[in-house]
Amino acid sequence: MNLYAINAIYRFEMARTGRTLFQSIISPVISTSLYFVVFGAAIGSRISEVDGVSYGAFIVPGLIMLSLLTQSLSNASFGIYFPRFTGTIYEVLSAPVSYLEIVIAYVGAAATKSIIVGLIILATAGLFVPLEIQHPGWMLLFLVLTSVTFALFGFIIGIWAGNFEQLQLVPLLIVTPLAFLGGSFYSISMLPPAWQTVTLFNPVVYLISGFRWSFYGMADVGVGVSLAMTLLFLAICIAIIAWIFKTGYRLKS
Amino acid sequence: MNTPSPHGFLAQMSSILSISNLSKTYDSGFQALKAVNLEIERGELFALLGPNGAGKTTLISIICGIVTASSGKVTVDGHDIIREFRAARSMIGLVPQELTTDAFETVWDTVNFSRGLFGKGKDPDLVERVLKDLSLWDKKDNRLMTLSGGMKRRVLIAKALAHEPRLLFLDEPTAGVDVELRRDMWRVVRRLQETGVTIILTTHYIEEAEDLADRVGVINKGEIILVENKAELMHKLGRKQLTLHLAEPIAAIPDALAEHQLELQSGGEALVYTYDTRGERTGITALLQDIHAAGIRFRDLNTKQSSLEEIFVDLVKAPS
Repeated sequence: MNLYAINAIYRFEMARTGRTLFQSIISPVISTSLYFVVFGAAIGSRISEVDGVSYGAFIVPGLIMLSLLTQSLSNASFGIYFPRFTGTIYEVLSAPVSYLEIVIAYVGAAATKSIIVGLIILATAGLFVPLEIQHPGWMLLFLVLTSVTFALFGFIIGIWAGNFEQLQLVPLLIVTPLAFLGGSFYSISMLPPAWQTVTLFNPVVYLISGFRWSFYGMADVGVGVSLAMTLLFLAICIAIIAWIFKTGYRLKS
Repeated sequence: MNTPSPHGFLAQMSSILSISNLSKTYDSGFQALKAVNLEIERGELFALLGPNGAGKTTLISIICGIVTASSGKVTVDGHDIIREFRAARSMIGLVPQELTTDAFETVWDTVNFSRGLFGKGKDPDLVERVLKDLSLWDKKDNRLMTLSGGMKRRVLIAKALAHEPRLLFLDEPTAGVDVELRRDMWRVVRRLQETGVTIILTTHYIEEAEDLADRVGVINKGEIILVENKAELMHKLGRKQLTLHLAEPIAAIPDALAEHQLELQSGGEALVYTYDTRGERTGITALLQDIHAAGIRFRDLNTKQSSLEEIFVDLVKAPS
């Protein structure tokens, strides 16, 4: 394995975070804090507890998950799209680096960044609401699995995208709505029965539900189902990336 | 089973790059390479010439792993570029035609990034030497976006040299580079060649190939139409011209000189005789005798050998 290459790409990507500190880390922290102010303090004070958890605390896992999804996706998609756009991808393609090493480096860096953002948001949330984490091991497992899975998804988008508009399309039009409708701000048991069934087709429901379970021991769907669905999505992303590299789709002519 | 001939086997042993029956057809249907065969000898400087769209960059891109070949085989120092891509690519350095650099990285960081990417540990002394050789040392902390085009070109060369390649591709490296920078670059290239690095160069500046190359290959419409030692190529294909500057202008070439197929130039003040250096007889003696017999006197004469550029133009214009 070319560990020097993995290290070089990983550090290059992390250095980009350092250069764009405000955009990469501070910006999501500020926007999440605003969610707490609006939904937690202002509106949340008029909402009763959800399954015995104050509304402000209830939304914490959903908010972290919302940031994880968008950050993993945008970091990874930009990370691979930008060298394609500028043409510097030639160097990675001509280097003695396997496809697996390329994915580990780019996806690893994107996932690291989003995990850092997630943990910072968790710490920020602790300033607004009392937090308890009943299953910290599961919490970290979901945090890492979700970051890696959506970084892989972002990597796919970064290779598929033909321009910057397409790069923004999936996060804006698909992931953010799915995250909002996936129970970030409510329990799906609060929905009418018909909508509860429809919601189960939203993959983000399983991520948020499993993550929330690791905090408060309560979930919309069983934690085993959440884990299975997350792993299924991870496997689908890995399969698509394997196909991309096998065929050279949008990378090699 | 095909057994390689002793000559072929020996040729492959001394080759650092071996290309056999390499073809590439793009999805659009355009056939960029047609069964290309080429052997590059260890330590040589090989100039690959060809008009735009001839297949030069496609050929280089396939060898480096950027483009997938439709068929054929390429080995670098005996390593198949597909099955043993790590060993093959570790030996290769590529300076691409396009000025593609990251905008926000510093020169130092981007060159070290390239070294790591090619599986080499940090070596600040080597990177410093490379940057100094390319007159980039004082720019090492500059961001790439602040550099001029010529400087960016040097950075691309530094990146390609950072992992100490044994086979270096220079794809139009001096395009858009001023004369001074170009000379600096060639100094570096010559020094590299002295250390045993094999260099494959594509260029539009044919005088560069003429100055630097050991061998010249000409590619046109996806086919290698000629590979020849540069000196032999110029000897074989080079035509020479003898120009006689007349003491007094003449209106027309006398019939007695018709068999020499002369051209009358400079308003009747010069007679130009074109001859082939490969021929046993150049016909110069007979020509001079006939001119003397015709009563034509000349005050000066000079000869001129065809340049590589003229040879190149003749080759790619010739019907295939």
